[in-house]
Amino acid sequence: MSFISYLINGISLGSVYALIALGYTMVYGIAKMLNFAHGDVIMVGAFITYTMCSTMGLSPVIGVLAAVIACTLLGMAIEKVAYKPLRKASSPLAVLITAIGVSYLLQNVALLIFGANAKAFTSVVSVPAVKLADGQINITGETIVTIVTCLIIMAGLMLFINKTKAGQAMLAVSEDKGAAQLMGINVDGTIALTFAIGSGLAAVAGVLLCSAYPSLTPYTGSMPGIKAFVAAVFGGIGSIPGALVGGILLGIIEIFGKAYISSQMADAIVFAVLIVVLLVKPAGLFGKNIQEKV
Amino acid sequence: MALLEAKNLGISFGGLRAVDDFNIKIEKGSLYGLIGPNGAGKTTVFNLLTGVYKPTEGIITLDGKDVTGKKTIEINQAGIARTFQNIRLFKDLSVIDNVKVGLHNHMSYSTVTGILRLPKYYKVEKQMTEEAMELLKVFGLEEEAETLADNLPYGKQRKLEIARALATKPKLLLLDEPAAGMNPNETLELMETIRFVREHFDMTILLIEHDMKLVGGICEELTVLNFGRVLCQGKTSDVLNNPEVIKAYLGE
Amino acid sequence: MKKLSNKKINKTFRDNLITYGMVIAAYVIMQILVSAGSVSSLIQGLLVPLCTYAILAVSLNLTVGILGELSLGHAGFMCIGAFTSAFFSKVMENSAMPSGLRFFFAILIGAFFAGVFGLLIGIPVLRLKGDYLAIVTLAFGEIIKNLVNIMFVGRDENGFHISFTNTMDLNMSEDGDVIIKGAQGITGTPHDSSFTIGIVLLLITLFIVLNLIHSRDGRAIMAIRDNTIAAESVGIHITKYKLMAFSISAALAGVAGVLYAHNLSTLTALPKNFGYNMSIMILVFVVLGGIGNIRGSIIASVILTLLPELLRGLNDYRMLIYSIVLIVMMLFNWAPKCIEWREKVAARFKKSVKKEAE
Repeated sequence: MSFISYLINGISLGSVYALIALGYTMVYGIAKMLNFAHGDVIMVGAFITYTMCSTMGLSPVIGVLAAVIACTLLGMAIEKVAYKPLRKASSPLAVLITAIGVSYLLQNVALLIFGANAKAFTSVVSVPAVKLADGQINITGETIVTIVTCLIIMAGLMLFINKTKAGQAMLAVSEDKGAAQLMGINVDGTIALTFAIGSGLAAVAGVLLCSAYPSLTPYTGSMPGIKAFVAAVFGGIGSIPGALVGGILLGIIEIFGKAYISSQMADAIVFAVLIVVLLVKPAGLFGKNIQEKV
Repeated sequence: MALLEAKNLGISFGGLRAVDDFNIKIEKGSLYGLIGPNGAGKTTVFNLLTGVYKPTEGIITLDGKDVTGKKTIEINQAGIARTFQNIRLFKDLSVIDNVKVGLHNHMSYSTVTGILRLPKYYKVEKQMTEEAMELLKVFGLEEEAETLADNLPYGKQRKLEIARALATKPKLLLLDEPAAGMNPNETLELMETIRFVREHFDMTILLIEHDMKLVGGICEELTVLNFGRVLCQGKTSDVLNNPEVIKAYLGE
Repeated sequence: MKKLSNKKINKTFRDNLITYGMVIAAYVIMQILVSAGSVSSLIQGLLVPLCTYAILAVSLNLTVGILGELSLGHAGFMCIGAFTSAFFSKVMENSAMPSGLRFFFAILIGAFFAGVFGLLIGIPVLRLKGDYLAIVTLAFGEIIKNLVNIMFVGRDENGFHISFTNTMDLNMSEDGDVIIKGAQGITGTPHDSSFTIGIVLLLITLFIVLNLIHSRDGRAIMAIRDNTIAAESVGIHITKYKLMAFSISAALAGVAGVLYAHNLSTLTALPKNFGYNMSIMILVFVVLGGIGNIRGSIIASVILTLLPELLRGLNDYRMLIYSIVLIVMMLFNWAPKCIEWREKVAARFKKSVKKEAE
């Protein structure tokens, strides 16, 4: 029975990773950059909800909405100020390092405002837990909400990309920026939109993550950010279904690793699985392997 | 015995038959042209001959040795060197260093010798510089020896690629559209250079080219490729007057 | 013709001399300042770490700038160098070996094991490209750190015992000695590192890297960076040279680890010192100093290490300022628009200088 609980917990954690990984994968697909600051946007989202709900006592709905809006704007601002000027830089490493700088910046601003001590995040979820199999399996409300939210967002995103003009523009830009521009697509706007969506999702992920693991510090987003990045690569970076599958698999592996092998080794196991996957499938599970033409 | 012989060479990509039943025989010292419309599979033939692709069937022999399915570097060491249609220089290295990379397998010293700067390092490096400069002179690049390859004008980049290929001391030199992007004067000059390379290095050359003036002017034999198959093969003048070839080029 | 090649040799030679000279001059000035008593103990404490970071940055530049592959696991190799050498020094502490010789061997051991790991990891990993390579190196770095954290090694009269659970599991006899204690790491490593040794190791690192770059092997490595397909076509063995660059880079990171470990009384594998954060910090040094620019790596690592310390007076704001400075410097150095603007300003400046001269 504990196996099933672990599995459900894994899927729940994996859903959070998937939401974060979506941001990574979309930004990578379109701007071809690793947005190292993405993990810290999660932390910002969580802090905004924390301030709204725990400090100011507003309702969780307002708290979450405020976080999503603020992070969306933050994502666009970061893109405009820090990344856009470097889009045509001679080395792709330039924007990577700038992203690291933005990551430090967000962490240190949070550190100044909130201090280094962990804050106890009050869950925004008021759904009751469900007990199955005579109470042997206990599924928390957070778990249910996380999984359901993730599925709804995934479905919405797929619809958005496949059915709307803006979504199609995103696909076009990720395929070939130059050609998209020639076809009259607003490339800058599309990239900004991608950052907006990715950061908004990161805010949701931050709130869900901290509802399940209620300890919030300026560094909260760092490790989940890295793991979500691993999940995105795992699924094939640039692929949206890949981010979902990669995220959920990663969550399950992590929880099982903690439960059955060693809690200290859980991270190492996650990384080891990633290495094995990439060595077998160098472009990830759903990624396209592009070979250079001679 | 022919220097290069390919028999029944073929390769498929997925369902596409890129090259089919390709046969060629190139005698030592000859200047041989491979022509055909765009997408006929000429560069694919080069890629097969140099081990970039492994042929699905067929045999390639160089100087009597079977080189079928060998890796690119093994084929280079066996004696085939090439240039590329879209120039591939080591752009952040100097012109002379590009050539020295070509000399890599012919003049060597160990890593430790290099790091500790033992006397052999200076001796071999001096030889390498001298030999590289000789090659650069052939192509009129000696003044630009210290320029970054990326900063060379287009025509000189093409020449440097040939110099680099020659530095590997090949028996057979493959040139993939050496005159692409050159003006008529540059093309004429290039023709002279190719002739000179053949005489001076006693080289056998196979080239892909669209410029019919160049092909007609320097190639002794031609193979025409169309839709991955050999359309016609033989002496240059015969091939260029073949009605089939004219049809393939001009369409019906 | 002779002139040209001579000119080039002279230019690289002069360039290298400047780099060595800069390091030596910094050392001499620092020594004078220290003996004059005008250096705070805080800065004195930073001297060995500065050498460590400079070695790390130079060695990572070999992978990132010369080989052209992005590695985010450099701290992992440093970790291996640190732990293997500290282990050796602890084991040999009570032997008859003089401490200088012991440290010499410790350096060789650290470099050797880090290099071997570089080779072992490089074989599967270097087939990957770009960001995939980056994330896998990051993964390896994290695994190394994680494994070191749960490793217990002890010694008694029966030899060495290894466990990945706890001290009890080592099954040692009573007078056995636990050397590596899991998350508590190694304590009491002899304090063999010094600023002088750090500078010597930095100079050796420079010597190896600069001479490698300007040799036959270095050319092959850079040829692979610039165009792998063309390098293959002229007979360059791609895997061999990629592995060579990667493992030499790893071995030198191991040397930095040795220096680091023998400067501390307690060596533990924390996210801070051997995690991906450290790898990223070294990468920042490399990119800011100029990709492929060895001297730049040293300058950037010194400036970026000292900057937070110089800002110490600003207390809470120092890391904030650090991050803003980093972003602004990146934009200033790399944004095409900024580069254009800088060139314009420089041209105008030159013009006005000329006018004045006339």
